[in-house]
Amino acid sequence: MLGFIAARLVKAVFILLAILVLNFVLIHAAPGDPAAVMAGEAGAADEKFLQDLRERFGLDQPFTVQLWNYMKGAIQLDLGYSYRQQMPVAELIWDRLPATLLLTATAFVISIVIGVAAGVLAAQTQGTWWDTLISSLALLFYATPLFWVALMASLLFSVWLGWLPGFGYQTIGANYTGIDRVLDIGKHLILPATTLGLFFTAIYMRMTRASMLEVSRLDFVKTARAKGLRNSVIQRRHVLRNALLPVITLAGLQAGQIVGGAVLTETVFAWPGIGRLMFEAISQRDYNVILGVFFISAAMVLLFNLITDILYGIVDPRIRLTK
Amino acid sequence: MSLLTIDNLSIALPKGADRALAVKDVSFTLDKGEILCIVGESGSGKSMSANALMGLLPEGVTPSAGSITFKGRDLLTLSDDEMMALRGKDISMIFQEPLSALNPLMRIGDQIAEVFEAHDLLTPPERRKRALELLHEVGLPDPDQTIRAYPFQLSGGQRQRVVIAMALALEPKILIADEPTTALDVTTQAQILDLIEDLRKRHGMAVLFITHDFGVVADIADRVIVMQHGEVVEAGEAETVLLNPTHPYTRALLDAIPALTFRDSVEQTAQPILSVRDLDMTFTTRTGGFFKKPRVVKAVQKATFDLYQGETIGIVGESGSGKSTLGRCLVRLLTPQNGVVEIGGRDISKITGDALRQHRRRIQMVFQDPYSSLNPRSRIGTILTEGLIAYGEDKAAAREKAKELLTVVGLDPSAMDRFPHEFSGGQRQRVGIARALALDPEVIIADEAVSALDVSIQAQVLDLLADLKDRLNLSMIFITHDLRVAAQVCDRIIVMQRGEMVEFGPSAQVLGNPQTAYTQSLLDAIPGKAHEAALAKQKEAQL
Repeated sequence: MLGFIAARLVKAVFILLAILVLNFVLIHAAPGDPAAVMAGEAGAADEKFLQDLRERFGLDQPFTVQLWNYMKGAIQLDLGYSYRQQMPVAELIWDRLPATLLLTATAFVISIVIGVAAGVLAAQTQGTWWDTLISSLALLFYATPLFWVALMASLLFSVWLGWLPGFGYQTIGANYTGIDRVLDIGKHLILPATTLGLFFTAIYMRMTRASMLEVSRLDFVKTARAKGLRNSVIQRRHVLRNALLPVITLAGLQAGQIVGGAVLTETVFAWPGIGRLMFEAISQRDYNVILGVFFISAAMVLLFNLITDILYGIVDPRIRLTK
Repeated sequence: MSLLTIDNLSIALPKGADRALAVKDVSFTLDKGEILCIVGESGSGKSMSANALMGLLPEGVTPSAGSITFKGRDLLTLSDDEMMALRGKDISMIFQEPLSALNPLMRIGDQIAEVFEAHDLLTPPERRKRALELLHEVGLPDPDQTIRAYPFQLSGGQRQRVVIAMALALEPKILIADEPTTALDVTTQAQILDLIEDLRKRHGMAVLFITHDFGVVADIADRVIVMQHGEVVEAGEAETVLLNPTHPYTRALLDAIPALTFRDSVEQTAQPILSVRDLDMTFTTRTGGFFKKPRVVKAVQKATFDLYQGETIGIVGESGSGKSTLGRCLVRLLTPQNGVVEIGGRDISKITGDALRQHRRRIQMVFQDPYSSLNPRSRIGTILTEGLIAYGEDKAAAREKAKELLTVVGLDPSAMDRFPHEFSGGQRQRVGIARALALDPEVIIADEAVSALDVSIQAQVLDLLADLKDRLNLSMIFITHDLRVAAQVCDRIIVMQRGEMVEFGPSAQVLGNPQTAYTQSLLDAIPGKAHEAALAKQKEAQL
C-alpha cells in the first residue's frame, strides 16, 4: 500500500509539472498582456510606456526564458509577483486557500453524506412515492443553475428571513475570538456550502440508489439472507459497503468539479477564497495570479484523487492486497 | 413422519411472465438423513421450489396454494421474523455460483461468524473458534490462514467449501443445495459431492439437492423427483427412476446425456489445414508499484498439433488449464509470443493490419454464452451479414446467403428480421453457429459452445454440429471441460494442464487408455459412471 501511494505521488509531481507548462503556454497564447491592460487603465498607451512596463515585468524576454524563469520559481514555491495587487502570488493564494478548502471540503462532505443517505433511502423505498420524491428533489437541484440557486438562497435566508449572513467569511469589525469566531465562520459557511453541496448531491444520490439496487441482486446478499441475518444488517454490512465502491470512484472525479463550482459560489456569496481571486485575476489579466490559482486548483484535484484511491484501497481488499 | 412435507405447493409468477405458475401442485417429502434430488432443465421450477422452502422467493413471486410442513408448522404461514430465525439454523442453503456467493469485502472468518451472530449464539472468540473448526471440517487447507483470507484469494472449489461451512455452522436439519457443483470443474465437483455425502452421514442431515445433471443424481441421490414446466412428472427411488424411467421426459433427459463412447479418427489428408508449432502465450500483469515484480502466467506452453480437413480436435482440461487461451491465439484475438500457426501453408501468428483482417475469415469462432455473444440491438439478419459485407459482398447476396445459413442450422429464414432476445438459448447458439459459417471459414473454433445449454438442447446442438461437419466437411477445434461431450464429437483429443499439452491422441486412446494420472483423474471425476455400468448390464440382460 505504501509503495502504491509513493508511486502515485511521483506520478502526481510529473502531472503537476506538465500542468504548469501547459497553463503557461496557453495563457501566453491568448492575445493581450497585462502591460496593455495597465497602460490602457492609466490612459497612457504610448509605445514607450508599454515598453517600460514590459521591461519591468520581464515580459520583453523571449517566451522560453520567461517559461524557464517561471518554472524555476514554481519549484521553489515562488509563483511570481502580482503586478496588480503588488504582492507575491504565493502569499495571495496562501491567504485565500483556507477559505476555499473550508468551503469545498464542507460542500464535499454535505454532498456525499446527504447524497448517500438519500440514495439508500430511495433504494429501500424503490417504486414508492418516497423514492419519487427524493429522486425529483435531487434532479431539481442538479438541473437548476448553481449561481441561481445561490442567489435565491441568499435572497430567502439572508435578505427576507434574515436567518443567516448572505455574504462574506466573518462579521466585519466584530473581531470575535475563540469559539465565537468558529461559530461566526460556521454561520457564514452554511449558505455557500449547502448551495454548492446540494448541486452535487443529486449525482451521489442517483449513483448510490442504482448501485444499491444492483448489489441487492447479487448472490452474496442471498447467502446473507440464508444465514438468517436481519435485513438492516444485510443492507448495511453487505449491500451498502459494496455499493459504495462506485460512489467513491465518482467522488474522486467530482472533486475537480467542486473546485470549479466554488468559483461561482464564492463570487455570489463574496467568499474570500481562491475562486474569487481567480475571477478577479481573469478580468484584470493578472497572469501570475491566474497561473497560480490554476496550479493550486490542479494540485487540489490531484490530492482529492489520491485520497479517493487510498480510500478505495482501504475499502476494497482486492485492490489493497494485490498491490 | 417425514422431516419435511410439501403438499400441493403452487407458486405464482408475477403478471406478464410466460406462464401463470412457476410451480404447480408439487408434493414431496424429505426424510432425515436422505438425499433427495430434484432434476429438471432451466425453467422447470426446481429452484423456485427450493427458494420457497427458505422463504427466499424473488420479489413478486409468491406461493399461491399448498403447504410446507416442518416441525409441525406450515412455513408458508410463518411471519418474516419466524422465517428469519429458521434460516441458517434449521434449514440452510448453498448456491450455484461460489465465485459470487461470498461478500468480496469481508474476511472469510467474519462471514462464517456472522451465522452465529445472526442467531445471537456464542461470544466472538467462540465464534472464531467454531469458524476454524468448520473450515477444518470442510477440508480447507490451512484454516488459520483461510479464516483471515478474502474470497478473491480462494479458488472456486475452496469458496464453495466456505459456503458449505457456513451452511453447516448451526447443524441444520435440512441442507438445500441449489446446483452447488454446476460452476465447478469435474474434479472439484467430485470432491464437493464426496464432502456433501460425508457430512450428510456424519450429521444426519437431510439434503435437498437440485441439479440438471443426471450423472450427479446417479452418484448421490437416494430418491429423485423429475420436474418439467413447474410440475413433478416422475418421482421415486433413484435406481428405479434412472434404470426404468416411466415418463417420456425423464427418458428424453436420460437419453440426452452423451455416452462415453469414442469416435474413430478420420483419415488424415496429406496436408494439415491448420498446423501449430511450439506456441507460447504468457501473460504479464503489472500490479501497481514501480518496483514490484510483475506477475507472469504461462497460459500456453509449446502447444504443437496438426488439424486435418474434416477433423475435430477436442481440447479438454480444467479451468485455468489454458484451453481457451490457446483457442484465442488461433483466432488471433491474442498474439502468441512464440511459435507458428500455419493455415494453408502461411504463418499467421504474427501478421497484423490488413493481412490479419483477411486472415480472420478463414477461422471463425462459436462462443460459450449464447446470451452475451449476440449484440442485443442488432437484428439476426445484420448479425449474419455484417461479416460478409465487411469482406465486400453485395448486400442482397449477403442476405440471400444468410437465409440459406438459417435453414442450414435449422431455423426459419424469417428469423432475419427478429432480435436475439426473441430466441431461446439453443436457438441463439444456432445463430452463433450460422454466423461462424457465414464467411466459409476453413476452421471453426467452438469454445465451450454447448456448456451453457440444457442437456436436451445440448444434444440437439451437438447433433447439428455433427451433421454440419459431415455435410460441409468442416474442420473444428472443440474446447470443452466436459469429457462426455468431447468423447462424442472429437476425433482426437488434447488434454491440457497448467498450459501444457499433457496428452494428445485419438479419442479412444486418450479416454479409453489414458497415459497420464491427470487424464485418469479427469475421467474418474465424471459423475454417473456407476450408473452407466448398471445401464450397460441391464442392456446385456435384456439381450
